[in-house]
Amino acid sequence: MKNVSAVSIRDLKKSFDGGKEFVLKGINLEIPKGSLTAIIGFSGTGKSVMLKHLLGLFKPTSGEIEVLGTNLATLNDDELTKFRCKFGVLFQSAALFDDMTVLENVCFPLFEHRRDLKESQVFRIAEEKLVQVGLESKHYHKLPSQISGGMQKRTGLARALALDPEILIYDEPTTGLDPILTEMVDNLILSSHKIKEGTTSIMVSHDLSAAFRIADYIAMLDSGRVLLYGTPKDFFETDIELVKKFVNKGIKHQ
Amino acid sequence: MANLSQTLFNGVSALGGWVLNTTRGMIIEVGRINLFFTESVRLIFAKPSRFPEIIRHMEFIGNQSIGIICLTGVFTGLALSFQLYLGFKLFNAVNMVGPTVALGITRELGPVLTGLIVAARAGGAMAARLGTMRVNEQIDALDVMGVNTKQYLIAPRLVAAFICMPLLVAVFDFVAMLGSYFLCVKLVQLDEAVFWQKIADFIEVKHINEGLIKGMIFGLYFAVICTYRGFNTTGGAKGVGDATNEGVVQSMVGIIILDYFITNLIRFYYNIAGIS
Repeated sequence: MKNVSAVSIRDLKKSFDGGKEFVLKGINLEIPKGSLTAIIGFSGTGKSVMLKHLLGLFKPTSGEIEVLGTNLATLNDDELTKFRCKFGVLFQSAALFDDMTVLENVCFPLFEHRRDLKESQVFRIAEEKLVQVGLESKHYHKLPSQISGGMQKRTGLARALALDPEILIYDEPTTGLDPILTEMVDNLILSSHKIKEGTTSIMVSHDLSAAFRIADYIAMLDSGRVLLYGTPKDFFETDIELVKKFVNKGIKHQ
Repeated sequence: MANLSQTLFNGVSALGGWVLNTTRGMIIEVGRINLFFTESVRLIFAKPSRFPEIIRHMEFIGNQSIGIICLTGVFTGLALSFQLYLGFKLFNAVNMVGPTVALGITRELGPVLTGLIVAARAGGAMAARLGTMRVNEQIDALDVMGVNTKQYLIAPRLVAAFICMPLLVAVFDFVAMLGSYFLCVKLVQLDEAVFWQKIADFIEVKHINEGLIKGMIFGLYFAVICTYRGFNTTGGAKGVGDATNEGVVQSMVGIIILDYFITNLIRFYYNIAGIS
């Protein structure tokens, strides 16, 4: 963990009810640039809330978030909007635009941010990204409702990759998928992480075996705090009872 | 006695608390809608241009509403003319049916009915669409793609409603007058020349403009309310349903209330400008 930090979170606290109850109670985390970090934890421990802070979708009640050397608190709304181009996000539901075809979904961020490109170039890049995630061309002109969940995930990932982001975020990418699709998505995450050198990937997941298999670092959250942050080896060797229990049960269950 | 006064005091206190909280809540909500509106209007002029989106929404709000506007317009003209004909016949003033219908339609019924119909059709669809996008994380996806969601989703809808509503009011007015013409001239056999002449005698451009101005304001109003409700949807399918319901109801009630105040404002303007 001696590398330069891609994400640096310092004493992050978040309350949605004016300070009566805190969802995040002081998160401290340094995610090295170029790493693949998995964030695990019980449901309701604040994983997704933390992720939304990274993306600037939530403002912290207190604490600081630095992404790629920029303190998010110093950015105004317009600057934050532009800054988000550095992220590529694969949502749990893929979050595809349902009135656009698969190809149009992948083209969308390019049309928005690469206005220097000609239409034909945009389509070519989008097709390249779809090939990267292994989606066959016969599906390009279908609407999201006409393709399977796995294909939707692939499309969502191709869209996340469209702008060659510096940070890739996966919000519970395998929730609700069968074991074969889960493995496929895990492999996609791994291959997408390796496409561009220096890409930082952050994955929020309940899928412990995937987290241990593909992640360089793992952070476990409990009750709005980081319980343990380290390599997968650290997790197997820890003495923290709750971590041992979570890991053992999780691995056994899967 | 002491118990009774204590109960009374508690009741009044609870009522006072409720009134205070409700008023406070309403003021906060109006403030939020106002901020949402001003921010969206500011973004109309921001880059990149959302012209294709504006056209797309104009097609939905305007073009796709023409059929229902024509249908309601023609029957409103027919029904209103028939009622007025029956009334005016009692004191032998059937020649006044045309101008009375024309004044009623252009100044009041045209904008109000168009507003209600389009608010229900397009406003409801706006709230439902944005609400679904919110709960399906599509708005979050736009946010993290670096797209200003208010500029992309809200501003074009406001512009489209603002432009389309007066045009739809004009269509409604025209079709309603055709309905009136059909009833008066073809069904109850009033003199055609007198029908048109009387309308020309009483109707002025300012009457038509009054309806068009109301149409613009109603368009902007329902678009702001419905997009606000949809954009701030929380929860799942129930949240979308609630947002749509609130958007449509608040738009429709608001249009009727607004109509009264705009009518008075226009009268006030005519008075100070010396327009008879």
